[in-house]
Amino acid sequence: MTFGYILSICTFASIYAILILGLNILTGYTKQVSLGHAAFFAIGAYAQALLVTKAGLTFWSALPLSIVLSMAIGIVMGLPSLRVSDDFLVLTTIGLNFIVMGITEYFDFFGGAMGIIGINVPSFMGHPLGTTGYFVVTLIFLMLAIYISYFFSKTWGRLAMEATGEDEQAAQALGINTALYKIYAFALSSAFTGLAGALWAHSIGSLFPRNFSFEMSVLFLSMLVFGGLGTIKGAIFGAFFLYLLPECFRFIESYRMLVYGALLTVIVILQPNGMLGRGGLLDGCFFKLKKRGTETQGISKIG
Amino acid sequence: MLQLLVDAFVLGCSYALMAVGLNMVYGLLRIIHVAHAALYTLGAYVGLYCLYHLSQSLWLSLTLGAVFPALVGALMYRIIYSPVLSAPRYVALIAGAGVFIASQEFYRLIAGPYPYPFNAQFKFLSISSSHLNVTETQMLIITFMMCAFLCLYLIINNTNLGLMWRACTQDMELAASSGININLIIAINFIIGSALAGSAGVLMALYRNSVFPTMGAMVSYKAFVVVVLGGFGSIPGAAIAGILLALAESLLGMVPFFNLPRDAIAFLVMVLVLMFKPKGLFGR
Repeated sequence: MTFGYILSICTFASIYAILILGLNILTGYTKQVSLGHAAFFAIGAYAQALLVTKAGLTFWSALPLSIVLSMAIGIVMGLPSLRVSDDFLVLTTIGLNFIVMGITEYFDFFGGAMGIIGINVPSFMGHPLGTTGYFVVTLIFLMLAIYISYFFSKTWGRLAMEATGEDEQAAQALGINTALYKIYAFALSSAFTGLAGALWAHSIGSLFPRNFSFEMSVLFLSMLVFGGLGTIKGAIFGAFFLYLLPECFRFIESYRMLVYGALLTVIVILQPNGMLGRGGLLDGCFFKLKKRGTETQGISKIG
Repeated sequence: MLQLLVDAFVLGCSYALMAVGLNMVYGLLRIIHVAHAALYTLGAYVGLYCLYHLSQSLWLSLTLGAVFPALVGALMYRIIYSPVLSAPRYVALIAGAGVFIASQEFYRLIAGPYPYPFNAQFKFLSISSSHLNVTETQMLIITFMMCAFLCLYLIINNTNLGLMWRACTQDMELAASSGININLIIAINFIIGSALAGSAGVLMALYRNSVFPTMGAMVSYKAFVVVVLGGFGSIPGAAIAGILLALAESLLGMVPFFNLPRDAIAFLVMVLVLMFKPKGLFGR
């Protein structure tokens, strides 16, 4: 295990953390379970790759464009959520995943089954970024994503989304435009996921349709549920933990996915709210110190 | 053309056999049972083992290939699904997905990643003429599917067990308070669904003449499509939708400028149906 290897693993983990933060807005807040998030990921990645390789833009100028593009397509792909909900929406998102995969595989414009190759590492101020530089860039984007998520979780929008997720009719009775907030969740979520996709395209260098399979979507949802649905720290923890777990099992090479699958099942059965969710094993482990202080203060006041 | 329809029909039978198990589980527990695919592959491997080590008879391998997954399916419910029934439903989904990943790796470790041929010798009806050729395997699959669905239909509509099953699908708590042993009904539900999945595995292994660890994946995704098209919880719907889907895939694949991959076509059909008929074609 060289230093460069560890750095690139951490780069991928940070990218997945950005994605899971996006999924958290959709699935954690509005409770619209998405099993097709690999499709949104693919859109970001392909948009960035095409803008860089075919249109000749640089990393920095293509990035905002691909985020906006993923957001626009995300809104369109979110429209079915106005008509179907619950399990039907889950199946629709699975369907969207396969359709996006099929389209990227079939049309030559997207490289077909041969994929898009030769997406180079971006440069900054004329200097090409190495592994370390790119890691720093992803880390900055991760910080930005955390900040936006945190900021959003303090706004009225998050409350409206959670109300929509809990009980749509009750939320409507309170005067919340549930249709708007559902689409809003899709838009925000796909913007985050598009950003993750764009960053991923540059760090992996080549894209193939099979990178965005349904199994990936299952992995993404597992990461979020594992960490704790509806929590920011849970999303980040889940992404890092489940991405790094198979890497930690490298020493039992051929058994690692078996162990991974079994462990995922066992943990989800034992911790259905996620490790950092309410009542989870690690609930209150991170960033809770200050709050605990106020809690005891409140109790002493009542007492 | 007729040949194409027959081939599509056989494929549709395999989708329907897979979908009915998923549909039964969904009808009772409202769980999207991803691990169903693991039972399909398990059936194929058990059948293969019988064929190589026990006897040359296809019938024995078909029987064991149905019985063994049925037991595993019931165990799966006891160990994996029953603890998470009170949790949100995506938890059961992820638990099932974990089992599915682990099972694929398990088969790979036990049997190796390479496809095995599944050539069993057996006698059955077949049709061969100048413009239509239905092989023995195809006949067997069609007959099996017909018989299985007829039996299931009779059990559900004409027996006490079927009555209890229908009561459970309508209201689990009310059924329990009327003295129905729900756990038994759910277990039987899993046994029947898994047995059908396992036998579908053996039959498709025979049809395609290969068994490999990831053979269950695509079929089970297609089975989701069939469940949606047929309407959640509707068993005749699953049979008809399975065949319709296979026909749609084959026919749409022939339209020029529209030859997307088959899987994409299936899901495109599903999304379109959901948009216009959100309860499925035959849903209540």
